[in-house]
Amino acid sequence: MSTPIITEPTDPRVFHPEEEPHHPEGHSTPLGFWIYLMSDCLIFATLFGTFAVLGQRYGGGPGPKELFDLWLIALNTAMLLFSSITYGFAMLAMHRGDQKEVMKWLGITAGFGLAFLAIELYEFNHLIHIGAGPGRSAFLSAFFTLVGTHGLHVTFGLIWMAALVLQVRKHGLTSANQRRLECLSMFWHFLDVIWIGVFTFVYLMGMI
Amino acid sequence: MAITGQEIESSFLFGRLTLDKFPLDVPIVVGTFAVVAVGGAALVAVVTYFRLWGYLWRDWLTSVDHKKIGIMYMILGMVMFLRGFADAIMMRLQQVWAFNGSEGYLNAHHYDQIFTAHGTIMIFFVAMPFITGLMNFVVPLQIGARDVSFPFLNNFSFWMTVGGAVLVMISLFVGEFAMTGWLAFPPLSGIVASPTEGVDYYIWGLQIAGVGTTLSGINLLVTILKMRCPGMTLMRMPVFTWTALCTNVLIVATFPVLTATLVLLALDRYLGMNFFTNDLGGNPMLYVNLIWIWGHPEVYILVLPAFGIFSEVTATFCGKRLFGYNSMVYATICITILSYLVWLHHFFTMGSGPSVNSFFGIATMIISIPTGAKVFNWLFTMYRGRIRFELPMMWTVAFMLTFCIGGMTGVMLAVPPADFVLHNSLFLVAHFHNVIIGGVVYGVFAGINYWWPKAFGFRLNEFWGRVSFWCWVVGFWVAFMPLYIVGLMGVTRRLRTFDDPSLQVYFAIAALGALLIAAGIGAMLMQFYVSIRDRDQLRDTTGDIWGGRTLEWSTSSPPPDYNFAVTPVVYDVDAWQDMKEHGYQRPLSDFKPIHMPRNTGAGIILAGISTALGFALVWHIWWLAAVSFLALILGAILHTFNYNRDFHIPAATVTATEDARSRALGQAGQTA
Amino acid sequence: MSDPHEGHHETHAAPFPHGTKQDYVTGFILAAVLTAIPFFLVMSGIFSSERLTAFLVLICAVAQIIVHMVYFLHMSPKAEGGWTLISLVFTIIVLVIAVVGTVWVMYHMDANMMPGMMTEPPAN
Repeated sequence: MSTPIITEPTDPRVFHPEEEPHHPEGHSTPLGFWIYLMSDCLIFATLFGTFAVLGQRYGGGPGPKELFDLWLIALNTAMLLFSSITYGFAMLAMHRGDQKEVMKWLGITAGFGLAFLAIELYEFNHLIHIGAGPGRSAFLSAFFTLVGTHGLHVTFGLIWMAALVLQVRKHGLTSANQRRLECLSMFWHFLDVIWIGVFTFVYLMGMI
Repeated sequence: MAITGQEIESSFLFGRLTLDKFPLDVPIVVGTFAVVAVGGAALVAVVTYFRLWGYLWRDWLTSVDHKKIGIMYMILGMVMFLRGFADAIMMRLQQVWAFNGSEGYLNAHHYDQIFTAHGTIMIFFVAMPFITGLMNFVVPLQIGARDVSFPFLNNFSFWMTVGGAVLVMISLFVGEFAMTGWLAFPPLSGIVASPTEGVDYYIWGLQIAGVGTTLSGINLLVTILKMRCPGMTLMRMPVFTWTALCTNVLIVATFPVLTATLVLLALDRYLGMNFFTNDLGGNPMLYVNLIWIWGHPEVYILVLPAFGIFSEVTATFCGKRLFGYNSMVYATICITILSYLVWLHHFFTMGSGPSVNSFFGIATMIISIPTGAKVFNWLFTMYRGRIRFELPMMWTVAFMLTFCIGGMTGVMLAVPPADFVLHNSLFLVAHFHNVIIGGVVYGVFAGINYWWPKAFGFRLNEFWGRVSFWCWVVGFWVAFMPLYIVGLMGVTRRLRTFDDPSLQVYFAIAALGALLIAAGIGAMLMQFYVSIRDRDQLRDTTGDIWGGRTLEWSTSSPPPDYNFAVTPVVYDVDAWQDMKEHGYQRPLSDFKPIHMPRNTGAGIILAGISTALGFALVWHIWWLAAVSFLALILGAILHTFNYNRDFHIPAATVTATEDARSRALGQAGQTA
Repeated sequence: MSDPHEGHHETHAAPFPHGTKQDYVTGFILAAVLTAIPFFLVMSGIFSSERLTAFLVLICAVAQIIVHMVYFLHMSPKAEGGWTLISLVFTIIVLVIAVVGTVWVMYHMDANMMPGMMTEPPAN
């Protein structure tokens, strides 16, 4: 159903297939969603590039060493990593067809996601409070935008998760809902991959 | 802290929007508004009188049929083309007028908006819709598919593009548009130099349309990868489909960069950040760098499908297989990759130094090699072919002559030292109009003349088509040759008045050329009108009016909703030609029900809400922004609860449609 | 990599690649280790050479990204007829061109046009 079979000319040529090729609803979704993620990845690439150029322009303001607390970032990274594996467990439950387990693991994943966001908001709030807001310097603009864009993605992932919980509660684990859970799974793990880039290039490299 | 612009008064209910933002004191705008209002009212009256609202809503606005969406893209492109051309002719008039101490008839405030709007509209809301429209209409037919991979997304993408266009058009009558040039470079576009709503209209208009473009790129890309009919391997795809594939790869890989860059500019303007400011470490040059990473591939996004159209047209009207199909495909792929490696040639003069400039200069010159290979392929296809000079072929020949010269001046500009002389001059303006008009616009016109019979079942009028062709081709050279000359003499672009009276004659010639092009556009509109009026004489019942070679010509004109009653199997590059040569028999019975997507109003509603969100952001009407943003999210979630998304066309309906086609073919005295 | 319990319910319309429990657990452990190492390296400052630390941190990041791709996103050359992998490779190429190109271009731009602005130290 994906790549057409190479057809060698027969004699006489048969110009119509024995059986109509069937494109069930959503058969293109895995590839389509993956390509969307690739384009999203390039949004982040632009932000990483911007951070690479502007990340050392402190405008006379504070630099990373005065601002970042690596213990906090390690905690945050753990939250996101835990949420990755709990989402994985939700997917395993989904393949077993166990709706109750799916809901349970989605709930736990959302909890970790919310904890991640709470920690990030705490950090942002703290920075703004001590006068290191996004308008302070080009470095801080680039920092807030890159980290904030990742945070916004996590927020949308959580809204999406809530919508899917409603969907599954109403319609069960139908094929459409399974497809949506699979897409969110890709989205969620993709955000974790982006986070690896964030903590490596923004936090760790800044603190060396 | 960040420097913000002058304080602008703002009310809760209307944000920064006040009565004096309506330019009632500018006669040109008021006159235009009167014409638009009267025309719009007349259109509404006609639709109401003939009770067409229901039909329009059910059959067009909510349609998920790729053919109808393609046609709507073309209509959008045509409407915006008239707007963009009106801007062009105003500029030509101003530049020929403003000599010998005269200020012309446009003040700087108005003139700067016009050249910005002209560029923005022509690229984003004319060329892009035209190209996307043709790809939407043709690609599924060429690959033997019944629709695109994500039909609803297709409808949504279209309406997002319309939303962006609407926002740009609103700026004509409410407030003002950007005065920064079409790429809005900071610091000019920053909050200090441009404190008013113009740049905000630019940002949000482009962002909304950009969402549509990206989604439509993903959609068509997946369609080509997943929906090809049996036997159609990659190397059996028609060249137009190949170029569409590469274009959509470029769209998916570059529009995110544009989106991110405009977000950064918006953050500078709205939240006082310092990406592109002159203070606190900001770097305006970074914006120029980022936007051209998108901007250069963009010109290939536009021109590659045009190359595809010329390939189809040349093969069809020479009655020969395209010369060098493989080299054509590889040249297209080469151009796709190389287009990422040349962006700096747009700002050689910004000072990156010799090493960087040499790299990008050489990379730019290398692009002319695969492009040259393509030109030779077309020429060798024509060589000893039986060339029929129908309208699409005429546009193709005109393209080859025009585009080669435009490409040549491009190689001149690719030499960094030469670029230091020519940069920002009218020579550059002449160069890119030479390639964009000669490449993209002629390609679109060839495509319109070529596929119109497929879309509507009747040919376009030949006489008016020829009038339009000659006015355009002659008008183009008359309009832009003088710009090459004065550009070489050092006249810079975007000037409003001139001191040197000896230059006036060149601008007079250029204005004359613009008038000739105007006549060409008039003739084209006349061509559409006359053809629709005489459609019964121009009717084509065969479905294969030109003796086509690819699958879209194997079905009826216009194609049925389901495109193909039975999915074809492909054995060769020119699939339909191969079928004709091997005695293909149309199936006449045993049809099965066909699974189709159902129309939905969700796309137009969500895009409408997005446009309201854009308007609210432009005018800082925060309550409306919040409400429309929440409505957008809620609407998107609600849409996922709609499970009534598809239906089957019953076998009886398919049989009836196909029987009607058999009768039509019989009347035409032909058997397929 | 298909789940043995599959088939209890409606069959999948969309062929998403699946992982097993073992995949997820392995991936999680590897990811945790590859996160812990760079944090430890930077927080303890165990190597006096900044370059060496940065290099090791980078290696861990690349390794962890691959771990995520394989164990969580179930990337394989076979999925979708290879198109997912091709699009990933293409994206990486474009990403590298854009990011490295930007840094290269902007470095020369700053060096030539804004000398002195690049080296300002953070205020203490």
